[in-house]
Amino acid sequence: MNNTELKAKAIQIRMDLLRMIHGAKTGHTGGSLSNTDILTALYYRIMNIDPARPKWEDRDRFIASKGHSVESLWCILADLGFFSKEELATFSQFGTRLIGHPNNKVPGIEMNTGALGHGLAISVGMALAAKRDGKAYRVFCLMGDGEQAEGSVWEAAMAGAHYGLDNLVGFVDRNRLQISGSTEEVMGLDPLDEKWAAFGWNVVSLDGNDIDALVAALERVPAAIGKPTLIMANTVKGKGISFAENIPHWHHHVPSDEELARALTELKEAAERLARLEGQVR
Amino acid sequence: MNKIPNRQVICETLAELARDDRDIMVLASDSRGSAAMAPFAKEFPDQFVEVGIAEQNIVGISAGLAHSGKKPFVTSPACFLSMRSIEQIKVDVAYSGTNVKLVGISGGVSYGALGMSHHSVQDIAVARAIPGLAVVLPADRHETKRMTEALVKHEGGVYVRIGRNPVEDSYESAEDGEFVLGKAVTMRDGSDVTIVAAGETVRVALDAHEALKAAGVSSRVINMHTIKPLDEEAVLRAARETGHVITVEEHSIHGGLGAAVAEVLVQRHPVPMRIVGIADEPAIAGKTSEVFEHYGISADNLKRLALELLGR
Repeated sequence: MNNTELKAKAIQIRMDLLRMIHGAKTGHTGGSLSNTDILTALYYRIMNIDPARPKWEDRDRFIASKGHSVESLWCILADLGFFSKEELATFSQFGTRLIGHPNNKVPGIEMNTGALGHGLAISVGMALAAKRDGKAYRVFCLMGDGEQAEGSVWEAAMAGAHYGLDNLVGFVDRNRLQISGSTEEVMGLDPLDEKWAAFGWNVVSLDGNDIDALVAALERVPAAIGKPTLIMANTVKGKGISFAENIPHWHHHVPSDEELARALTELKEAAERLARLEGQVR
Repeated sequence: MNKIPNRQVICETLAELARDDRDIMVLASDSRGSAAMAPFAKEFPDQFVEVGIAEQNIVGISAGLAHSGKKPFVTSPACFLSMRSIEQIKVDVAYSGTNVKLVGISGGVSYGALGMSHHSVQDIAVARAIPGLAVVLPADRHETKRMTEALVKHEGGVYVRIGRNPVEDSYESAEDGEFVLGKAVTMRDGSDVTIVAAGETVRVALDAHEALKAAGVSSRVINMHTIKPLDEEAVLRAARETGHVITVEEHSIHGGLGAAVAEVLVQRHPVPMRIVGIADEPAIAGKTSEVFEHYGISADNLKRLALELLGR
């Protein structure tokens, strides 16, 4: 997909996940909206994957360490055909496999996550296995910024640098909000870029809701030989919905009927603007 | 007098197998010395991973390695491995279903005088509550060898606990008996009372068998090397055929082997029973033999309890 198509896809995924959360009456809305652009760039452009062969040995791996923002991931996996789109209606319902966190009973999900601070260590193990086996696959791990308070993140950060895992890319979805409020008020993280750099990572700071910037950075992986890369993705929680952006309670707020209608209207308008822009360019 | 600790046997057995199976990996948390894994690390640098003193990390990394087809054996002190990294064990190993072998070294009261921070006598209780995780305590060096061979072939998460020091043999040789995960071994047959033991207490139970024989009591000794999945049939058969059961373990009296056996018997075939283990307190300091003696993990005490149960 080219960048314009990716942007249109990200809008569609936002619409899908809002409908899904609204239907299920539960979900982590804000975080899923903030990470949608990262996942769209990865799944539709960057990662070597094959929905028909979810366990293909040489596939790139994605680990959702911030497992609670699974809604965008479910919508993307369904859209790509890892499972049927109809199944999205079972999200969070009794007996479903589409639970509120990644579940490796579902094709396309590598590992069960949800307990914060686990994903990066798992990703280090996968990247290390690739190195030891001389394989070319890469591992992408998405973390939350609130998650950075977990000490285990930094154990894994040390190991990633120690073993020179340049096939490993970590993202921090830096939306600056966690459930109780501002990350800097709950437990200060800044200067977060410098912390990662001090741990031996190649740090790239960018606008994590900017598809062009994401694609440009990710197409350069491995960006630094012998070093893992950390993408500090500065994002907006609730991105794409004017009345959800940067509002902490949208962390797991379920949109009302009226809010859903307004949000979908806004997204439809964004898609139309994108199409017009594309028309002008051509 | 056996001089070979179980940890050394695990290292030697894995080294033997690792020559032909490049997927076998050993991980250490600054513990290659205490795990007796230094020879493995030296011979197989590509199959060895040092993570430093970071138990959560060692389990997470192992889960990632296992997911990629490796057969990781984590070797780390049982006290830390079973507690500091229990969430990684629950989620990354058991829940995700990764093929990780967690070898808790220097387990139980091995670190006798170092205090409760270094004792692991709640680990079985914690580990056996986790769905999908097997829990194994080998009795001696011979069983440790057979177990290690079996675990390399077994696909799935297993928590193994071994002690630090050499243990007196319970088996004649590595060829004496077989190790099947989840299948208890009847070490001695008997009809009056059954003693169920695991790990280092198997030797104690065998000594109690001899003491009871001298007192005219016929005791059965069951080596319950796999505490989960528990060989329920062996427990029920023992209760039906001997009518009295004593469990003995290097673990808290709460939640371990005794509790596992009691859960079966209370619901399906209640018989008079005693649970012998470490009291619910910070364990007293001392050598393993001294600590065992203090808490009644001894042939004498098992004999006394058996006679009491039998009303003799």
